Amino acid sequence: MTDLLDGMVRAFWLVVTLDRDLVEITLRSLRVTLTALAIASAIALPFAALLSVRRFRMRRVTIAVLNALMGLPPVVVGLIVYVFLSRSGPLGVLGLLFTPTAMIIAQVIIIVPLIASIAHQSLRELWSDYHDLLISMNASQVQRIKALLWDGRRALLTAALAGFGRAIGEVGAIMVVGGNIDHATRVLTTAIALETGKGDFAMALGLGFVLIAMAIAVNLAIHWLGHTETEGRW
Amino acid sequence: MQKQMFPLIAKHALVRRRGKVLVGPIDLSLQGQGTSIVIGPNGAGKTTLLKMLHGIERMNGGSLDWACPKAEAQRRQAFVFQNPIMMRRSVVDNIAYPLQLTGVGRDEARARAAVWAERINLGDALDRQAVLLSGGERQKLALARALIREPDVLFLDEPCASLDGRATREIEEILTEAAATGTRLIMSTHNMGQAQRLADEVLFVLRGNIHEFTPAKEFFAGPITSQAQAFLNGDIVE
Repeated sequence: MTDLLDGMVRAFWLVVTLDRDLVEITLRSLRVTLTALAIASAIALPFAALLSVRRFRMRRVTIAVLNALMGLPPVVVGLIVYVFLSRSGPLGVLGLLFTPTAMIIAQVIIIVPLIASIAHQSLRELWSDYHDLLISMNASQVQRIKALLWDGRRALLTAALAGFGRAIGEVGAIMVVGGNIDHATRVLTTAIALETGKGDFAMALGLGFVLIAMAIAVNLAIHWLGHTETEGRW
Repeated sequence: MQKQMFPLIAKHALVRRRGKVLVGPIDLSLQGQGTSIVIGPNGAGKTTLLKMLHGIERMNGGSLDWACPKAEAQRRQAFVFQNPIMMRRSVVDNIAYPLQLTGVGRDEARARAAVWAERINLGDALDRQAVLLSGGERQKLALARALIREPDVLFLDEPCASLDGRATREIEEILTEAAATGTRLIMSTHNMGQAQRLADEVLFVLRGNIHEFTPAKEFFAGPITSQAQAFLNGDIVE
Protein backbone atom coordinates (compact mmCIF):
# COMPACT_ATOMS: atom_id res chain seq x y z
CA MET A 1 0.00 0.00 0.00
CA THR A 2 2.86 2.30 0.87
CA ASP A 3 4.47 1.53 -2.49
CA LEU A 4 1.23 2.42 -4.23
CA LEU A 5 0.96 5.77 -2.48
CA ASP A 6 4.66 6.45 -3.02
CA GLY A 7 4.15 5.60 -6.68
CA MET A 8 1.30 8.06 -7.04
CA VAL A 9 3.28 10.80 -5.33
CA ARG A 10 6.31 9.96 -7.46
CA ALA A 11 4.26 10.00 -10.63
CA PHE A 12 2.70 13.33 -9.68
CA TRP A 13 6.12 14.76 -8.92
CA LEU A 14 7.66 13.46 -12.15
CA VAL A 15 4.90 15.04 -14.18
CA VAL A 16 4.80 18.34 -12.30
CA THR A 17 8.56 18.84 -12.53
CA LEU A 18 8.59 17.68 -16.17
CA ASP A 19 11.41 15.29 -15.37
CA ARG A 20 13.76 15.26 -18.38
CA ASP A 21 14.16 11.48 -18.46
CA LEU A 22 10.44 10.95 -18.12
CA VAL A 23 9.66 13.38 -20.94
CA GLU A 24 12.26 11.74 -23.17
CA ILE A 25 11.00 8.22 -22.45
CA THR A 26 7.35 9.23 -22.83
CA LEU A 27 7.94 10.99 -26.14
CA ARG A 28 9.88 7.99 -27.43
CA SER A 29 7.08 5.66 -26.32
CA LEU A 30 4.55 7.82 -28.16
CA ARG A 31 6.70 8.15 -31.27
CA VAL A 32 7.38 4.42 -31.54
CA THR A 33 3.79 3.39 -30.82
CA LEU A 34 2.04 5.98 -33.00
CA THR A 35 4.39 5.24 -35.91
CA ALA A 36 3.74 1.52 -35.52
CA LEU A 37 0.00 2.21 -35.27
CA ALA A 38 -0.01 4.32 -38.45
CA ILE A 39 1.91 1.69 -40.42
CA ALA A 40 -0.16 -1.19 -39.03
CA SER A 41 -3.45 0.61 -39.76
CA ALA A 42 -2.34 1.35 -43.31
CA ILE A 43 -1.77 -2.38 -43.79
CA ALA A 44 -4.56 -3.88 -41.68
CA LEU A 45 -7.57 -1.73 -42.56
CA PRO A 46 -7.49 -2.11 -46.37
CA PHE A 47 -6.68 -5.80 -45.87
CA ALA A 48 -9.74 -6.20 -43.61
CA ALA A 49 -11.90 -4.44 -46.20
CA LEU A 50 -10.53 -6.63 -48.97
CA LEU A 51 -11.30 -9.74 -46.89
CA SER A 52 -14.87 -8.47 -46.51
CA VAL A 53 -15.63 -7.74 -50.15
CA ARG A 54 -13.66 -10.38 -51.98
CA ARG A 55 -14.35 -14.08 -52.14
CA PHE A 56 -11.28 -16.23 -52.83
CA ARG A 57 -10.27 -19.81 -52.31
CA MET A 58 -8.36 -19.54 -49.01
CA ARG A 59 -10.52 -16.77 -47.51
CA ARG A 60 -11.85 -18.72 -44.53
CA VAL A 61 -8.42 -20.08 -43.70
CA THR A 62 -6.97 -16.56 -43.96
CA ILE A 63 -9.58 -15.22 -41.52
CA ALA A 64 -8.99 -18.10 -39.11
CA VAL A 65 -5.22 -17.56 -39.23
CA LEU A 66 -5.70 -13.81 -38.73
CA ASN A 67 -7.83 -14.44 -35.65
CA ALA A 68 -5.29 -16.92 -34.30
CA LEU A 69 -2.48 -14.40 -34.82
CA MET A 70 -4.22 -11.94 -32.49
CA GLY A 71 -2.71 -13.97 -29.68
CA LEU A 72 0.78 -13.87 -31.15
CA PRO A 73 3.30 -14.09 -28.24
CA PRO A 74 5.24 -10.78 -28.31
CA VAL A 75 8.46 -12.34 -27.07
CA VAL A 76 8.43 -14.80 -29.95
CA VAL A 77 7.81 -11.96 -32.39
CA GLY A 78 10.71 -10.10 -30.80
CA LEU A 79 12.91 -13.15 -31.15
CA ILE A 80 12.06 -13.62 -34.83
CA VAL A 81 12.63 -9.93 -35.60
CA TYR A 82 15.89 -10.17 -33.64
CA VAL A 83 17.07 -13.12 -35.76
CA PHE A 84 16.21 -11.26 -38.97
CA LEU A 85 17.89 -8.02 -37.88
CA SER A 86 20.92 -9.44 -36.09
CA ARG A 87 24.26 -9.01 -37.83
CA SER A 88 24.24 -12.59 -39.13
CA GLY A 89 20.56 -12.40 -40.11
CA PRO A 90 19.15 -11.74 -43.60
CA LEU A 91 18.49 -8.05 -42.80
CA GLY A 92 21.53 -7.54 -40.58
CA VAL A 93 23.16 -5.29 -43.15
CA LEU A 94 20.54 -2.62 -42.42
CA GLY A 95 21.90 -2.18 -38.89
CA LEU A 96 18.46 -1.78 -37.36
CA LEU A 97 18.82 -3.97 -34.28
CA PHE A 98 18.59 -2.04 -30.99
CA THR A 99 17.05 0.98 -32.68
CA PRO A 100 13.51 2.45 -32.38
CA THR A 101 12.93 1.25 -35.97
CA ALA A 102 13.35 -2.36 -34.85
CA MET A 103 10.85 -1.72 -32.06
CA ILE A 104 8.40 -0.28 -34.57
CA ILE A 105 8.79 -3.33 -36.83
CA ALA A 106 8.07 -5.68 -33.91
CA GLN A 107 5.03 -3.68 -32.83
CA VAL A 108 3.65 -3.57 -36.37
CA ILE A 109 3.90 -7.36 -36.61
CA ILE A 110 2.11 -7.74 -33.26
CA ILE A 111 -0.78 -5.34 -33.89
CA VAL A 112 -1.54 -5.88 -37.60
CA PRO A 113 -3.51 -9.12 -36.96
CA LEU A 114 -5.34 -7.53 -34.02
CA ILE A 115 -6.43 -4.43 -35.97
CA ALA A 116 -7.26 -6.42 -39.10
CA SER A 117 -9.33 -8.95 -37.20
CA ILE A 118 -11.39 -6.41 -35.25
CA ALA A 119 -11.80 -4.25 -38.37
CA HIS A 120 -12.91 -7.26 -40.38
CA GLN A 121 -15.68 -8.03 -37.88
CA SER A 122 -17.22 -4.58 -38.33
CA LEU A 123 -16.59 -4.27 -42.05
CA ARG A 124 -18.14 -7.67 -42.69
CA GLU A 125 -21.40 -6.46 -41.14
CA LEU A 126 -21.24 -3.20 -43.06
CA TRP A 127 -20.59 -5.11 -46.28
CA SER A 128 -23.65 -7.31 -45.70
CA ASP A 129 -25.67 -4.06 -45.52
CA TYR A 130 -24.04 -2.50 -48.58
CA HIS A 131 -23.57 -5.61 -50.73
CA ASP A 132 -26.63 -5.33 -52.99
CA LEU A 133 -26.46 -1.54 -53.21
CA LEU A 134 -22.82 -1.30 -54.27
CA ILE A 135 -23.09 -4.16 -56.73
CA SER A 136 -26.24 -2.56 -58.13
CA MET A 137 -24.37 0.73 -58.54
CA ASN A 138 -21.64 -1.12 -60.42
CA ALA A 139 -18.96 -0.02 -57.96
CA SER A 140 -15.51 -1.44 -58.64
CA GLN A 141 -13.67 -3.44 -56.00
CA VAL A 142 -11.51 -0.44 -55.08
CA GLN A 143 -14.61 1.77 -54.81
CA ARG A 144 -16.31 -0.80 -52.57
CA ILE A 145 -13.27 -0.93 -50.29
CA LYS A 146 -13.10 2.87 -50.14
CA ALA A 147 -16.80 3.09 -49.27
CA LEU A 148 -16.44 0.54 -46.48
CA LEU A 149 -13.37 2.23 -45.03
CA TRP A 150 -14.98 5.67 -45.10
CA ASP A 151 -18.42 4.71 -43.85
CA GLY A 152 -17.02 2.33 -41.24
CA ARG A 153 -14.40 4.77 -40.02
CA ARG A 154 -15.75 5.10 -36.51
CA ALA A 155 -15.76 1.34 -35.96
CA LEU A 156 -12.29 1.23 -37.46
CA LEU A 157 -11.17 3.81 -34.94
CA THR A 158 -12.01 1.29 -32.22
CA ALA A 159 -9.89 -1.31 -33.99
CA ALA A 160 -7.00 1.15 -34.22
CA LEU A 161 -7.36 2.06 -30.54
CA ALA A 162 -7.21 -1.62 -29.60
CA GLY A 163 -3.97 -1.79 -31.58
CA PHE A 164 -2.69 1.30 -29.80
CA GLY A 165 -3.53 -0.24 -26.41
CA ARG A 166 -1.68 -3.41 -27.27
CA ALA A 167 1.35 -1.58 -28.65
CA ILE A 168 1.76 1.02 -25.90
CA GLY A 169 1.68 -1.66 -23.22
CA GLU A 170 4.01 -4.03 -25.05
CA VAL A 171 7.26 -4.93 -23.34
CA GLY A 172 8.54 -8.38 -24.36
CA ALA A 173 9.27 -7.84 -28.04
CA ILE A 174 10.65 -4.33 -27.77
CA MET A 175 12.88 -5.36 -24.90
CA VAL A 176 14.39 -8.07 -27.13
CA VAL A 177 14.83 -5.98 -30.28
CA GLY A 178 15.36 -2.58 -28.61
CA GLY A 179 17.60 -3.64 -25.79
CA ASN A 180 16.26 -0.97 -23.36
CA ILE A 181 19.23 1.28 -24.02
CA ASP A 182 19.18 4.54 -22.05
CA HIS A 183 18.62 7.62 -24.25
CA ALA A 184 18.22 5.37 -27.29
CA THR A 185 15.53 2.69 -27.05
CA ARG A 186 14.21 2.97 -23.50
CA VAL A 187 10.44 3.43 -23.41
CA LEU A 188 7.94 3.53 -20.55
CA THR A 189 7.27 -0.21 -20.40
CA THR A 190 10.91 -1.27 -20.56
CA ALA A 191 11.78 1.41 -18.00
CA ILE A 192 9.09 0.01 -15.67
CA ALA A 193 10.56 -3.48 -16.09
CA LEU A 194 14.02 -2.11 -15.31
CA GLU A 195 12.92 -0.21 -12.18
CA THR A 196 11.01 -3.25 -10.93
CA GLY A 197 14.13 -5.36 -11.44
CA LYS A 198 16.13 -2.84 -9.45
CA GLY A 199 13.57 -3.00 -6.64
CA ASP A 200 12.49 0.64 -7.02
CA PHE A 201 8.76 -0.12 -6.94
CA ALA A 202 7.74 3.48 -6.30
CA MET A 203 9.53 4.67 -9.45
CA ALA A 204 8.12 1.70 -11.42
CA LEU A 205 4.61 2.50 -10.24
CA GLY A 206 5.13 6.17 -10.98
CA LEU A 207 6.07 5.36 -14.55
CA GLY A 208 3.12 2.95 -14.70
CA PHE A 209 0.67 5.69 -13.73
CA VAL A 210 2.16 7.97 -16.35
CA LEU A 211 1.74 5.18 -18.93
CA ILE A 212 -1.91 4.65 -17.98
CA ALA A 213 -2.62 8.39 -18.03
CA MET A 214 -0.99 8.71 -21.45
CA ALA A 215 -2.98 5.79 -22.87
CA ILE A 216 -6.24 7.30 -21.59
CA ALA A 217 -5.29 10.75 -22.91
CA VAL A 218 -4.53 9.43 -26.38
CA ASN A 219 -7.78 7.43 -26.46
CA LEU A 220 -9.80 10.47 -25.39
CA ALA A 221 -8.03 12.67 -27.92
CA ILE A 222 -8.74 10.24 -30.77
CA HIS A 223 -12.38 9.85 -29.72
CA TRP A 224 -12.74 13.61 -29.53
CA LEU A 225 -11.10 14.16 -32.91
CA GLY A 226 -13.24 11.41 -34.45
CA HIS A 227 -16.53 12.79 -33.04
CA THR A 228 -17.35 9.21 -32.06
CA GLU A 229 -20.14 10.07 -29.67
CA THR A 230 -21.63 12.99 -31.56
CA GLU A 231 -25.38 12.63 -31.77
CA GLY A 232 -26.70 11.26 -35.03
CA ARG A 233 -23.34 10.40 -36.51
CA TRP A 234 -21.58 7.14 -37.21
CA MET B 1 -24.15 7.68 -79.26
CA GLN B 2 -25.31 5.02 -76.83
CA LYS B 3 -26.52 1.77 -78.24
CA GLN B 4 -30.14 0.73 -77.80
CA MET B 5 -30.54 -1.37 -74.63
CA PHE B 6 -33.73 -3.20 -75.54
CA PRO B 7 -35.02 -5.76 -76.18
CA LEU B 8 -34.00 -7.58 -73.03
CA ILE B 9 -34.25 -11.26 -73.82
CA ALA B 10 -34.25 -14.02 -71.20
CA LYS B 11 -33.97 -17.62 -72.38
CA HIS B 12 -34.65 -20.39 -69.88
CA ALA B 13 -33.29 -18.08 -67.16
CA LEU B 14 -33.14 -19.89 -63.85
CA VAL B 15 -32.22 -19.01 -60.27
CA ARG B 16 -31.74 -21.83 -57.80
CA ARG B 17 -30.72 -21.62 -54.16
CA ARG B 18 -29.89 -24.60 -51.96
CA GLY B 19 -31.32 -26.92 -54.57
CA LYS B 20 -34.66 -25.10 -54.72
CA VAL B 21 -35.70 -23.28 -57.86
CA LEU B 22 -36.68 -19.72 -56.91
CA VAL B 23 -37.27 -18.36 -60.39
CA GLY B 24 -37.56 -19.93 -63.80
CA PRO B 25 -36.99 -21.28 -66.23
CA ILE B 26 -38.17 -18.02 -67.73
CA ASP B 27 -38.46 -16.97 -71.36
CA LEU B 28 -39.14 -13.29 -71.72
CA SER B 29 -38.68 -10.43 -74.14
CA LEU B 30 -39.02 -6.91 -72.75
CA GLN B 31 -39.25 -3.96 -75.11
CA GLY B 32 -37.97 -0.45 -74.47
CA GLN B 33 -41.18 1.46 -73.89
CA GLY B 34 -43.66 1.78 -71.06
CA THR B 35 -43.80 0.69 -67.47
CA SER B 36 -43.85 -3.00 -66.55
CA ILE B 37 -45.43 -3.95 -63.27
CA VAL B 38 -44.59 -7.27 -61.65
CA ILE B 39 -47.36 -8.61 -59.42
CA GLY B 40 -47.96 -11.85 -57.61
CA PRO B 41 -48.48 -13.29 -54.14
CA ASN B 42 -45.84 -13.20 -51.39
CA GLY B 43 -42.98 -15.58 -52.07
CA ALA B 44 -43.83 -15.87 -55.76
CA GLY B 45 -40.32 -14.74 -56.76
CA LYS B 46 -40.95 -11.10 -57.74
CA THR B 47 -37.88 -9.75 -55.94
CA THR B 48 -35.63 -12.53 -57.23
CA LEU B 49 -36.94 -11.97 -60.76
CA LEU B 50 -36.18 -8.23 -60.59
CA LYS B 51 -32.73 -8.85 -59.11
CA MET B 52 -32.03 -11.45 -61.79
CA LEU B 53 -33.03 -9.07 -64.58
CA HIS B 54 -30.90 -6.34 -62.98
CA GLY B 55 -27.95 -8.70 -62.71
CA ILE B 56 -27.39 -8.79 -58.96
CA GLU B 57 -28.87 -12.27 -58.57
CA ARG B 58 -26.63 -14.90 -60.07
CA MET B 59 -28.35 -17.17 -62.57
CA ASN B 60 -27.89 -20.91 -62.43
CA GLY B 61 -29.01 -21.56 -65.97
CA GLY B 62 -30.18 -19.97 -69.20
CA SER B 63 -29.20 -16.57 -70.53
CA LEU B 64 -30.12 -12.93 -70.20
CA ASP B 65 -29.11 -10.61 -73.01
CA TRP B 66 -29.45 -6.87 -73.47
CA ALA B 67 -29.21 -5.37 -76.93
CA CYS B 68 -26.02 -3.58 -75.85
CA PRO B 69 -22.87 -5.00 -74.21
CA LYS B 70 -23.43 -6.24 -70.66
CA ALA B 71 -21.05 -3.74 -69.03
CA GLU B 72 -22.80 -0.84 -70.76
CA ALA B 73 -26.21 -2.21 -69.76
CA GLN B 74 -25.10 -2.42 -66.13
CA ARG B 75 -23.96 1.20 -66.17
CA ARG B 76 -27.30 2.38 -67.54
CA GLN B 77 -29.63 0.82 -64.98
CA ALA B 78 -30.43 1.31 -61.31
CA PHE B 79 -32.33 -0.50 -58.58
CA VAL B 80 -34.48 0.69 -55.69
CA PHE B 81 -34.78 -1.89 -52.94
CA GLN B 82 -37.87 -2.60 -50.86
CA ASN B 83 -35.93 -1.76 -47.70
CA PRO B 84 -33.81 1.15 -48.89
CA ILE B 85 -30.17 0.79 -47.93
CA MET B 86 -28.91 3.98 -46.35
CA MET B 87 -25.19 4.55 -46.49
CA ARG B 88 -23.70 5.90 -43.25
CA ARG B 89 -23.49 9.38 -44.72
CA SER B 90 -25.48 12.55 -44.90
CA VAL B 91 -28.53 12.85 -47.15
CA VAL B 92 -26.64 14.86 -49.76
CA ASP B 93 -23.66 12.49 -49.74
CA ASN B 94 -25.97 9.49 -50.17
CA ILE B 95 -27.58 11.02 -53.24
CA ALA B 96 -24.23 12.20 -54.64
CA TYR B 97 -22.49 8.85 -54.21
CA PRO B 98 -23.50 7.22 -57.55
CA LEU B 99 -22.19 10.27 -59.42
CA GLN B 100 -18.88 10.11 -57.58
CA LEU B 101 -18.57 6.48 -58.64
CA THR B 102 -18.60 7.62 -62.25
CA GLY B 103 -15.82 10.11 -61.66
CA VAL B 104 -17.84 13.29 -61.05
CA GLY B 105 -16.01 15.55 -58.57
CA ARG B 106 -17.30 15.77 -55.01
CA ASP B 107 -18.42 19.39 -55.19
CA GLU B 108 -20.26 18.99 -58.47
CA ALA B 109 -21.85 15.73 -57.32
CA ARG B 110 -23.04 17.37 -54.09
CA ALA B 111 -24.43 20.35 -56.00
CA ARG B 112 -26.43 18.09 -58.30
CA ALA B 113 -27.51 15.98 -55.32
CA ALA B 114 -28.76 19.10 -53.56
CA VAL B 115 -31.03 19.83 -56.54
CA TRP B 116 -32.43 16.31 -56.32
CA ALA B 117 -32.89 16.67 -52.56
CA GLU B 118 -35.00 19.77 -53.21
CA ARG B 119 -37.10 17.83 -55.72
CA ILE B 120 -37.90 15.17 -53.13
CA ASN B 121 -38.55 17.73 -50.37
CA LEU B 122 -35.39 16.90 -48.44
CA GLY B 123 -33.72 20.21 -49.23
CA ASP B 124 -33.69 21.22 -45.58
CA ALA B 125 -32.12 17.93 -44.48
CA LEU B 126 -29.02 17.88 -46.67
CA ASP B 127 -26.57 17.39 -43.84
CA ARG B 128 -28.74 15.13 -41.72
CA GLN B 129 -27.55 11.54 -41.40
CA ALA B 130 -29.58 9.42 -43.82
CA VAL B 131 -30.14 6.67 -41.25
CA LEU B 132 -32.18 9.12 -39.18
CA LEU B 133 -34.78 9.66 -41.93
CA SER B 134 -38.30 8.27 -41.76
CA GLY B 135 -39.37 5.33 -43.95
CA GLY B 136 -40.94 7.55 -46.61
CA GLU B 137 -37.97 9.92 -46.66
CA ARG B 138 -35.58 7.00 -46.99
CA GLN B 139 -37.51 5.63 -49.94
CA LYS B 140 -37.52 9.04 -51.64
CA LEU B 141 -33.80 9.36 -51.02
CA ALA B 142 -33.22 5.90 -52.52
CA LEU B 143 -35.24 6.96 -55.55
CA ALA B 144 -33.28 10.19 -55.99
CA ARG B 145 -30.02 8.26 -55.60
CA ALA B 146 -31.14 5.85 -58.30
CA LEU B 147 -32.35 8.58 -60.67
CA ILE B 148 -29.44 10.99 -60.31
CA ARG B 149 -27.44 9.06 -62.91
CA GLU B 150 -30.43 9.29 -65.27
CA PRO B 151 -30.65 5.54 -65.85
CA ASP B 152 -32.33 4.17 -68.95
CA VAL B 153 -33.86 1.39 -66.89
CA LEU B 154 -35.00 1.59 -63.28
CA PHE B 155 -35.94 -1.51 -61.32
CA LEU B 156 -38.08 -0.94 -58.22
CA ASP B 157 -38.93 -3.59 -55.67
CA GLU B 158 -42.17 -2.55 -53.95
CA PRO B 159 -40.96 1.01 -53.41
CA CYS B 160 -44.14 2.08 -51.64
CA ALA B 161 -44.58 -0.91 -49.33
CA SER B 162 -45.53 0.26 -45.82
CA LEU B 163 -45.61 3.93 -46.83
CA ASP B 164 -48.52 6.26 -46.14
CA GLY B 165 -50.68 7.73 -48.90
CA ARG B 166 -48.84 11.02 -49.11
CA ALA B 167 -45.41 9.43 -49.46
CA THR B 168 -46.81 6.97 -51.99
CA ARG B 169 -48.25 9.82 -54.08
CA GLU B 170 -44.95 11.72 -53.98
CA ILE B 171 -43.06 8.65 -55.13
CA GLU B 172 -45.56 7.93 -57.88
CA GLU B 173 -45.19 11.52 -59.11
CA ILE B 174 -41.42 11.13 -59.32
CA LEU B 175 -41.84 7.81 -61.14
CA THR B 176 -44.33 9.23 -63.61
CA GLU B 177 -41.96 12.11 -64.29
CA ALA B 178 -39.04 9.70 -64.79
CA ALA B 179 -41.10 7.55 -67.16
CA ALA B 180 -42.12 10.65 -69.11
CA THR B 181 -38.47 11.58 -69.62
CA GLY B 182 -37.70 8.15 -71.07
CA THR B 183 -36.70 5.99 -68.11
CA ARG B 184 -37.99 2.46 -68.52
CA LEU B 185 -39.60 1.33 -65.25
CA ILE B 186 -39.80 -2.30 -64.16
CA MET B 187 -41.43 -2.46 -60.76
CA SER B 188 -43.04 -4.92 -58.40
CA THR B 189 -45.95 -3.97 -56.20
CA HIS B 190 -48.65 -5.43 -53.99
CA ASN B 191 -50.82 -2.38 -54.44
CA MET B 192 -53.29 -3.14 -57.26
CA GLY B 193 -54.42 0.49 -57.38
CA GLN B 194 -50.84 1.57 -57.94
CA ALA B 195 -50.38 -1.14 -60.55
CA GLN B 196 -53.40 0.14 -62.47
CA ARG B 197 -52.21 3.75 -62.20
CA LEU B 198 -48.69 3.09 -63.43
CA ALA B 199 -48.66 -0.06 -65.53
CA ASP B 200 -48.48 -0.30 -69.31
CA GLU B 201 -47.93 -4.04 -69.09
CA VAL B 202 -48.26 -6.59 -66.31
CA LEU B 203 -46.14 -9.61 -65.47
CA PHE B 204 -48.06 -11.92 -63.17
CA VAL B 205 -45.58 -14.11 -61.30
CA LEU B 206 -46.50 -17.31 -59.51
CA ARG B 207 -44.19 -19.98 -58.08
CA GLY B 208 -41.16 -18.39 -59.75
CA ASN B 209 -42.67 -18.34 -63.22
CA ILE B 210 -44.34 -15.70 -65.33
CA HIS B 211 -47.90 -16.91 -65.68
CA GLU B 212 -49.13 -13.91 -67.63
CA PHE B 213 -47.44 -11.14 -69.52
CA THR B 214 -50.09 -8.89 -71.03
CA PRO B 215 -50.95 -5.22 -71.57
CA ALA B 216 -52.25 -3.72 -68.32
CA LYS B 217 -55.69 -2.82 -69.67
CA GLU B 218 -56.30 -6.37 -70.84
CA PHE B 219 -54.99 -7.86 -67.62
CA PHE B 220 -57.16 -5.77 -65.34
CA ALA B 221 -60.19 -6.19 -67.65
CA GLY B 222 -59.92 -9.96 -67.46
CA PRO B 223 -56.74 -11.99 -66.99
CA ILE B 224 -56.22 -15.15 -69.00
CA THR B 225 -55.32 -17.56 -66.21
CA SER B 226 -57.59 -18.57 -63.36
CA GLN B 227 -54.76 -17.97 -60.86
CA ALA B 228 -54.39 -14.35 -61.97
CA GLN B 229 -58.15 -13.88 -61.75
CA ALA B 230 -58.14 -15.37 -58.25
CA PHE B 231 -55.27 -13.06 -57.27
CA LEU B 232 -57.16 -10.02 -58.55
CA ASN B 233 -60.25 -11.17 -56.65
CA GLY B 234 -58.20 -11.18 -53.47
CA ASP B 235 -58.29 -14.95 -53.05
CA ILE B 236 -55.36 -16.82 -51.59
CA VAL B 237 -53.16 -18.00 -54.44
CA GLU B 238 -50.25 -20.35 -53.81
